[in-house]
Amino acid sequence: MVAVAEAKQRYGAHRVAVVMGTSTSGILETEHAYQARDLAGSLPAWYTSRYRYTHNMFSLSHFVRACLGLRGPATVISTACSSSAKVFATADRMLRAGLCDAAIVGGVDSLCLTTLYGFSALQLLSTSPCRPCDEDRDGLSLGEAAGFALLESSPCVSRRGAVALLGYGESSDGYHMSHPHPEGSGAVRAIRDALGRAGLQPRDIDYVNLHGTATRVNDAVEDKAVSSIFGRTTPCSSTKGWTGHTLGAAGITEALISVLCLKHGFLPGTLNCKRIDPTLHSRILRDNDVRPVRRILSNIFGFGGNNCSLILGTLR
Amino acid sequence: MKVGIQGIGLLAAGLEGWRAGRAVLASTEPFAPIAVPDPEAALLPPNERRRSSDCVRWAVHVAQEAIAQSGLDPREVPTVFASSGGEMGVLDTLCRTLAEPERMISPTLFHQSVHNTAAGYWGIATTCQQSSTALSCFDDSFAAGLLEAITFVSVEQRPVLLVAYDLAVPAPLSEARPIATGFAVALVLAPPSDCSLAGMHLRLDEAHQDEPTGLVDSALEQVRQDNPAARSLPLLRAIATGGSQRVRLSLLESQQLVLDLDPCRN
Repeated sequence: MVAVAEAKQRYGAHRVAVVMGTSTSGILETEHAYQARDLAGSLPAWYTSRYRYTHNMFSLSHFVRACLGLRGPATVISTACSSSAKVFATADRMLRAGLCDAAIVGGVDSLCLTTLYGFSALQLLSTSPCRPCDEDRDGLSLGEAAGFALLESSPCVSRRGAVALLGYGESSDGYHMSHPHPEGSGAVRAIRDALGRAGLQPRDIDYVNLHGTATRVNDAVEDKAVSSIFGRTTPCSSTKGWTGHTLGAAGITEALISVLCLKHGFLPGTLNCKRIDPTLHSRILRDNDVRPVRRILSNIFGFGGNNCSLILGTLR
Repeated sequence: MKVGIQGIGLLAAGLEGWRAGRAVLASTEPFAPIAVPDPEAALLPPNERRRSSDCVRWAVHVAQEAIAQSGLDPREVPTVFASSGGEMGVLDTLCRTLAEPERMISPTLFHQSVHNTAAGYWGIATTCQQSSTALSCFDDSFAAGLLEAITFVSVEQRPVLLVAYDLAVPAPLSEARPIATGFAVALVLAPPSDCSLAGMHLRLDEAHQDEPTGLVDSALEQVRQDNPAARSLPLLRAIATGGSQRVRLSLLESQQLVLDLDPCRN
């Protein structure tokens, strides 16, 4: 809040953009309202008068903007699970185009019946806390999260130790709504695009934070994509054993975990992964490791075959 | 920021396709809204088409019209999809089912409920692996989508397909979000050297006393006010009429997109 207030004072409220990501927004309110329909099938007034501020996809940015007193451009990106990774790309373009001087990016997703019963219908929910990259993994655990970050153009924050968005890559699978491309070609494209934009080679990446949802198919396909670029040397792990899959908030959650890793020189292991699936080729970290980290690539993939990779690093 | 407009797709009652719509918007034909038949969306494979939602068919249909006009290969064109509420029909079915004791929702219905369903189906139908964004900005979703698309063209110096759509909202959800008729529009935007329909310069301005551009025809103005995607109508009208024109689109209560249109010089 202090950093936002400072940015607002520095640049003016109309020069600070708000770019949020969510997958289901406030659909829980609509679920409740449908359960509270009257005999004629009408929805309750407490719901209909509040739709704009609850379920509508834009309500999240509306709230953040109103709460922080900002008047710059605003939008909500909703590309299922990749939503709050893609907010970094959209905000970066806005900054480059001079539409704003700073941007609040972030994402929020909270539990609702839609995702609970939806993932259950797809038979993608784990019977126990999820076990990414484990040979016996059997699905994902749903999580809830909210996270925010303030982005400014690098000349304004070129102080030592600050974390920078070095690159991002966005792509589609063009294959299926809920199954990843079998060869991971969309994921490869996102990773390569991020490396290209950052002007980096695969060997320049110290750690890969996997999407790693712990479904059979996701982890196998992501491994194909990641190992085809990074081989068997770059340490990789999934942090979803700690957080669960926070869906539209996964991008910001894992970007902020990456920031903490950069600041503290820490590589998180893969919680709940007892025996690494021997068919995976990447160098999966099972246990935590303490060592300096300069550049991290974070993968996020979503329904609709929507992929995003971010590269974050410390400024030297 | 300046872009060229290379292709337009349009679908709404009385505005079926850009050729017919242009004549109505340029006032050479009367506006006669009659219900739109289920769009062909010929690009969708038959099995996908059968399972697809109205939103998907409307969005794919206009996207296909715009891309065909541009002559570009859809596999090479990143996309921006803008909609206020997205799959409102699917969400209605989902919430009805979840209100029943069994809560038996189909996996297909679930993955069709996301805001990027139309974007995903477009990618699958064209096997496009480019960047694809789906966004919302309530009533100003078209303006927010246009801003995202023009910014993308300007920063990346490559064409982008923008698709904006909102369909009639079914009861009882319409009590919360009344949208009476469907509207879908697609624009292929490119760096200014690739200009075939019109050139467009965008400036983001703080809102002041100049009102956002409306429409003189009261029936068309009613459509513009009813449907967030139809907030594109003043821009479409300016393109249809030709010449140099200025259009103001509201972006939230605090800002406006100021769009200056020019005929193509090449």
